[in-house]
Amino acid sequence: MKINRRKFLNSILGIGGIGGILSIFYPIVSYLIPPKMAEPKVNSVKAGSTSDFAANSYKIVKFGRKPVILIKTVDNQYKALSASCTHLDCIVQYKSDTKQIWCACHNGIYDLNGRNISGPPPRPLEQYDVKIVKDEIVITKMG
Amino acid sequence: MLKNIGSKIVSSIDERYDLTPVRNLLQHKKVPEHRHSVWYYMGGVTLFLFIVQLLTGILLLLYYRPGEDSAYESVRFIVTEVKFGWLIRNVHSWSANLLVLFAFVHMFSVFFSKAYQKPRELTWITGFIILVFSLAFGFSGYLLPWNELAFFATKVGTDIVGVVPVIGQPLKVLLRGGEDVTGATLSRFFGIHVAILPAIFTFFLALHLLFIQRQGMHEPEEFKNLPEEKKKYIPFFPDFALKDFLLWVVVFNVLIFLALYFPWELGNKADAFASAPKGIRPEWYFMFMFQSLKFLPAHILFIEGELLGVLFFGVAGLVWMMVPYIKIKHRSGWKFQPLTLIGIFVVIFIVIMTVLGYLL
Amino acid sequence: MRTRVFYLSTTVLLTIFLFGFAFQKTDNKTKQTPKVDNCLSCHKDIDDMPQGYSDYDVHRQAGLTCASCHGGDPSSTDQEAAMSPAKGYAGVPKRKDIPKFCGKCHSNIDYMRIYQPRIATDQVTQYYTSMHGKKLMAGDENVAECASCHTAHSIFPVKDPRATVYKLNIPSTCNKCHGNSELMKKYNLPSNQLEEYSKSVHGIALLKQNDLGAPACNDCHGNHGAMPPGITSISHVCGMCHSSNMEYFNATKMAKAFAEQDFHGCEQCHGNHGVQKPTDDMVGVGKNSKCVDCHDKGDVGYVAAEKIEAEIVQLKNNYDAATNKFLEVREKGMNDVDIGFLLQDAKQNLIQSRTLVHTFDPAKVVVKTKDGMNITNKAIMLSDKEISEYYTRRNGFAAATLAFLVIVIALYLKIKDKEKRKQA
Repeated sequence: MKINRRKFLNSILGIGGIGGILSIFYPIVSYLIPPKMAEPKVNSVKAGSTSDFAANSYKIVKFGRKPVILIKTVDNQYKALSASCTHLDCIVQYKSDTKQIWCACHNGIYDLNGRNISGPPPRPLEQYDVKIVKDEIVITKMG
Repeated sequence: MLKNIGSKIVSSIDERYDLTPVRNLLQHKKVPEHRHSVWYYMGGVTLFLFIVQLLTGILLLLYYRPGEDSAYESVRFIVTEVKFGWLIRNVHSWSANLLVLFAFVHMFSVFFSKAYQKPRELTWITGFIILVFSLAFGFSGYLLPWNELAFFATKVGTDIVGVVPVIGQPLKVLLRGGEDVTGATLSRFFGIHVAILPAIFTFFLALHLLFIQRQGMHEPEEFKNLPEEKKKYIPFFPDFALKDFLLWVVVFNVLIFLALYFPWELGNKADAFASAPKGIRPEWYFMFMFQSLKFLPAHILFIEGELLGVLFFGVAGLVWMMVPYIKIKHRSGWKFQPLTLIGIFVVIFIVIMTVLGYLL
Repeated sequence: MRTRVFYLSTTVLLTIFLFGFAFQKTDNKTKQTPKVDNCLSCHKDIDDMPQGYSDYDVHRQAGLTCASCHGGDPSSTDQEAAMSPAKGYAGVPKRKDIPKFCGKCHSNIDYMRIYQPRIATDQVTQYYTSMHGKKLMAGDENVAECASCHTAHSIFPVKDPRATVYKLNIPSTCNKCHGNSELMKKYNLPSNQLEEYSKSVHGIALLKQNDLGAPACNDCHGNHGAMPPGITSISHVCGMCHSSNMEYFNATKMAKAFAEQDFHGCEQCHGNHGVQKPTDDMVGVGKNSKCVDCHDKGDVGYVAAEKIEAEIVQLKNNYDAATNKFLEVREKGMNDVDIGFLLQDAKQNLIQSRTLVHTFDPAKVVVKTKDGMNITNKAIMLSDKEISEYYTRRNGFAAATLAFLVIVIALYLKIKDKEKRKQA
């Protein structure tokens, strides 16, 4: 009887032990697996390949927590600028007819270097660097 | 089966390295049992929390990035993006606080049971050094998330160092890595926290543990005076170790409970040019010193009040460390021993000042 | 050694040269004002300076003197001689002559070009087309002329915050007269425009938030050619900033109907000086609806209004719900980045659907609100996932605690057993 009780206690202890070890190692192993977004601070973002991006068009790219407008100009140059209008934070767009950046909310206009040239915007749009790595567009922070 | 393999491994190691001392220690080490035995566990818990700190600290290092514009972001990243990152970070912060708490409890229990007396003077001194380094760990680690509260607390904390005459200013600059608390301070504190302190700390901790193993557990006066047959002991292994382990499991469970239900806020990112937020306060274990300094008048005689306070705490710390060498003759008329009285006074002072610090 | 001497002497020479150059420059500047300006010195001495005179006046800074505008001979110390009409002394101009007085220079591009190559010179011409100008010509001396807005002797460039015509100062400058109810009564005009404007979305943006992009009085009324915008021009005035709204509105049948009925375009629903941030119940058929002013129950417009409002309100509510969830996710310290992006998109959609109200076409609004609903629903779903993960943490904790509890109990019993065995 005594032996049985001891054995029983030992096996309970074993089960508890395995549970305990699992509840320590499961979090640790999950912690070690790199998360989706591998870095806390986004310094560069891939924005697709150059070939599926028509000239004289634009797209909005997520750069960390901020939206960035990526523009391919008529002469196949790339421009990347903060997409938040400096007036009241609407998302700006590229106008393919005037080749300017336009904010629909209050008719604010920026040139392709992000300078505020007309309407309410008080400041230029922040610029980003664009690099082409093997046909892939990469946007990086300036400086 | 498993047992066989185990004993085979042990015997093969024994054959090569002679494990007799270890075996002797395990077999012969015993722990006295009396009504104050519970205090024997405090050191063990502190040691356990240190191990937790070590492991969670290493894990945090995998994602943490020191630097003015990455520290806060990386901690935010750890608690939001990394799976169980919130758990690791919160366990690390909670364990740090509990560690200091248990270290204090351990120290005072040793003090009041007079365990520091001959022949354990060096155990006391190494223990005290370990406590000071735990505080340094806490202070340096507090800044690492680079949030507003930590930034200003560090500013105030390092300012206090600057009060000390002659060496104060250079020491402050040395600590801050410049005139002000900046990204340079952060790099410095990071280095101190993850490299310098662990090295020194581990050394003194090893000494501390070694001394304890050499001398065995201290027996309090009333236990020593018992007749031999009434002295009760339990073997360190496995009885005491099992109890120790049981307590560790409980403490660990409490730790993750605290981490889950009372997570540490990250707050706002530090901004050197913002005005100081309300309620900047040091970590609770510095509170009593912080509060006493606040109570001091601007000038006492011709000396600056703050300077006097800093010097006082410096000297008091040294005296406290040298307690094993202080002999005050005990007269038969006294009800309490003078050192015990001083100890009680110190505890009351610390408690009152800490409470006042949070109330005022 | 030699090279050293060479360097030294070169440096000294260069320094002397540069100094000379610098002095020469200041010389040039002083040349513009004549050596003696007796008008200024005498008038200062006898303390008879024009009201509101400032040394920083733009004309004085450009080197013009009293005589440049008022004529006379500043080199003469004799009052009679200096201020004789023979020397071109014009004295203080009469109010009705002021536009011409300023126009002597300001309408002359050959002259103005010297100071500012791109400056406009049509101010006086414009002025005479304005209500102020017409009345002044007709002999009304109460109306504003140049100096009423620009002051006479402390004129600053329009970009200078000290200027009475600096954007932030314009409302109070106009209000000097237009807020005077006595004066305005004569013209049958209200005098509470500033009061209304200050409470309007534009006024708050400009005066409280110092948003220089927000319109001041002159952005709608013009400045030198100040006029109330006519019924036909009103949607163009608003459309300068609210371009999509104007575009949509002008393309509708309603625009024509408005014109036929002599309705005031944007102003008809939004008001003028006191224009507020529009609310969603301005469409629809409720108490605050503007649509029901014309549309009766049963007609097409009534149905459309009802549908548009319902769509937008639905999106707005969903957006608010998503925002609340987002905040909860944030507060719980969970991952909020993707949800934040979705909300940004959703907000854009909400703004666009509200703008599309001006098409008065439910079908067009629905396209956007549908997109918006999809996005907000996705945001809500993601938030729920994050929040539920937060709570599964608790379940995980419960499981771990259970395991630890088993260990603790088993250990405890084991220890007890051991103690018993020892006693036995």
